[in-house]
Amino acid sequence: MQLYICVKHVPDSAANITIVEKNRIDENLTFLLNPYDEHAVTEAVRIKDNLPGSEIIAVCLGKDDAEKTLRSALAMGADRGLLIASDKNHDSIETAQALKAAIEQDGNPGLIFTGKESIDAEGMQTMFRIGALFDFPVATNVVRLDIESGRAVVDSALSGGTANTYELSFPCVIGAGRGLNTPRYPTFPDVVKSKKKPVKKIAFPDLKIEPSTAGMNIVELEPLLQSRDPKEITGDAGEIAETIMRILKDEAKVI
Amino acid sequence: MMKNIGLIIELDNGKIKETNFGMITLAREKDTELFAVVMDADAASVKEDLESFGITKIVEVCLPKDRQSNPVVRAKAIIKVIKTYNICAIFGLSTAMGKDLLPRIAALLEAPLVMDCYAVDLEQNLVKTSQYSGKTIATIKITGDVLVFGVRPNAVEPVKAQASARIWILKLDETSLVSKGFRVIKTSEVDESTNINLAEADVIIAGGRGMKNGDNFTLLSKCAEKLTAAVGASRVAVDSGWVPYSMQVGQTGEKVSPLVYIACGISGSIQHFAGMKTSGMVIAINTDKNSAIMSNCDYYVKADALEIIPELTKLLEND
Repeated sequence: MQLYICVKHVPDSAANITIVEKNRIDENLTFLLNPYDEHAVTEAVRIKDNLPGSEIIAVCLGKDDAEKTLRSALAMGADRGLLIASDKNHDSIETAQALKAAIEQDGNPGLIFTGKESIDAEGMQTMFRIGALFDFPVATNVVRLDIESGRAVVDSALSGGTANTYELSFPCVIGAGRGLNTPRYPTFPDVVKSKKKPVKKIAFPDLKIEPSTAGMNIVELEPLLQSRDPKEITGDAGEIAETIMRILKDEAKVI
Repeated sequence: MMKNIGLIIELDNGKIKETNFGMITLAREKDTELFAVVMDADAASVKEDLESFGITKIVEVCLPKDRQSNPVVRAKAIIKVIKTYNICAIFGLSTAMGKDLLPRIAALLEAPLVMDCYAVDLEQNLVKTSQYSGKTIATIKITGDVLVFGVRPNAVEPVKAQASARIWILKLDETSLVSKGFRVIKTSEVDESTNINLAEADVIIAGGRGMKNGDNFTLLSKCAEKLTAAVGASRVAVDSGWVPYSMQVGQTGEKVSPLVYIACGISGSIQHFAGMKTSGMVIAINTDKNSAIMSNCDYYVKADALEIIPELTKLLEND
C-alpha cells in the first residue's frame, strides 16, 4: 500500500513572530515539522511494519526551505519525499488541490495522512478538502487507528477524553491527533540516511491547478497583545482564598 | 439586500448549549434573516429560546435515528438546508462536533471556512481568528458563494433581541443520507454531571508541574465541582502521566476562553498561553514569583496552590 503523508513546514511554536508588510510574518526563524504531522509519520511507519512492501511518501507544499521538513519526515521513516515548491502562501483550498494533484500524479494512495491541524494557520480543514477532491472518506483528530479486514477503524477524539468510532473504507484520509502514538524521534543514523533518500521537486505551476472562485486571503496580521496588569493577592492561605472568593463573586461574577 | 444566514444549533440533552447564543449574536447584523438549523430536537421545544436571540426561521431537519450521529450525513443535510433556503453564510460552533462537521460542509461545497473565529463582518466578508499559536490576530478576506464560519465557544457575549420565528420541517430523501465508505460504529456517550466540557466551561481550574502528582488533581476537581468549573492541565502534567491528554490546555491541547482561568502551579510557557490567553480573567497561583504566568495575569498569588485551593473549596462549601 502507498501511504502518503501531507506535512507542513511551520514556525517553531516557541518562536517570536514578527509581522512584515502588514499580512506576512518574518520567516527568518526556526521552522520545523508540524507537531501533529509527527504523529502521522509515526503511524504510517507502524502500518508499514505490519504491511511489508508498503511505501511511505511525504508530500509538502512550501518554499524551497521546506525541504528540511521533508527531510525530518524522511528521518522519522518516510521513504521518499515530494516537494511542491511555491514562493507564495496558499490557502487551504489551493493547498488541498496541489496536494491532490501531486499525489495523483505520483501513485495510488491507500491512505493519506495529515495532521489534525497546522500550528501556524490552525485551519483544521485540509484533510477534508483532500478527501472531497478524491471522494475518499475522512476522519479527523484520530487517536486510534486499526486496520481490520481491509478497513480502517478509527477513534475520532471529542472533548473530555471521549471519542466516536468510525469505520472507513480504503482509500481514506486521516487527520492525526495527539493521542495517536508517541512520535518516534530519529536517531543519528536515521538522520544520516534521510539525506540520501530521494526528494522530488515539483513546481507549483506545473500542477496546472484550476483556480477556485472561492478563497481565503489574510489581509492583515496583528500581534495579539496582552494587556493584563497583574495585581498581587497577599495574606495567609485563608485570607488569600477569601480574596479569590470575593473576586470570583463581585468582579468575575461567576458565583 | 437581505441575506439569509444559517446557524447550526448544538444541543446537549435536548437543550440549547449556552454558547450558541453568542454565535447567534455574532451573526446578527442588519439586513440578515437568521435561520436556526436544529437537527437533534423538535423545533418547537427550542423555539422560545431561539426567538429571544432574534431567530426568525427555524429549520428542523429530520434524520433517521441510525444516521443522526453520522457527520457525513449531517454535512449533507446542512448543504440541503443551504440550497433550499438560499443561505449565503453558515455558522457553527468550533467545538469537537463542529470541527468534524463544518470542514466537511466547506469541503463538499468548495467554500471558504474560517474556524475558531470571533468576529465577522458580512458586508465586507472579513473574519478574525488567531494564528501562530495565538500570537497573532489574522483578518481574513473570504470569497465564495457560501461562506462557512466556526465560531470560538464563549468568545462572543450573548445579547438578547426578541423576535418571533416560523418553523419549517425539512425531510430528506435517501440520496442525501448516504455516506460512501464511512460508517459510524459507536458514538461516545456524553459524560453527564461530572465532566464539564473544557472548551465551553465558564471557569477552568488548571494544574501544572506544581501539582506534584496525579492524586493532587483531586484537590482541583473538588474545588471545580463547587464552582461548576472544568479541570485543565498543562502539558507537563499530561506528559508526566498525572492526568489524561484530554485535559491539556495549550498549543497541542484544548484552546479555551473561559470567563475565569485559575492556573495552579503552571509556569506559563508560550505554548500554554496559546491555549488560554483569550480567557477573561486569569488568576495565577505559583510558588515562583518569576514564572512567566505571574507577569501575564490579572491576579497572582505567590503561594503553593496545594494550600490555597483546599481553603477555597472550604469557603465554597460554606457559601
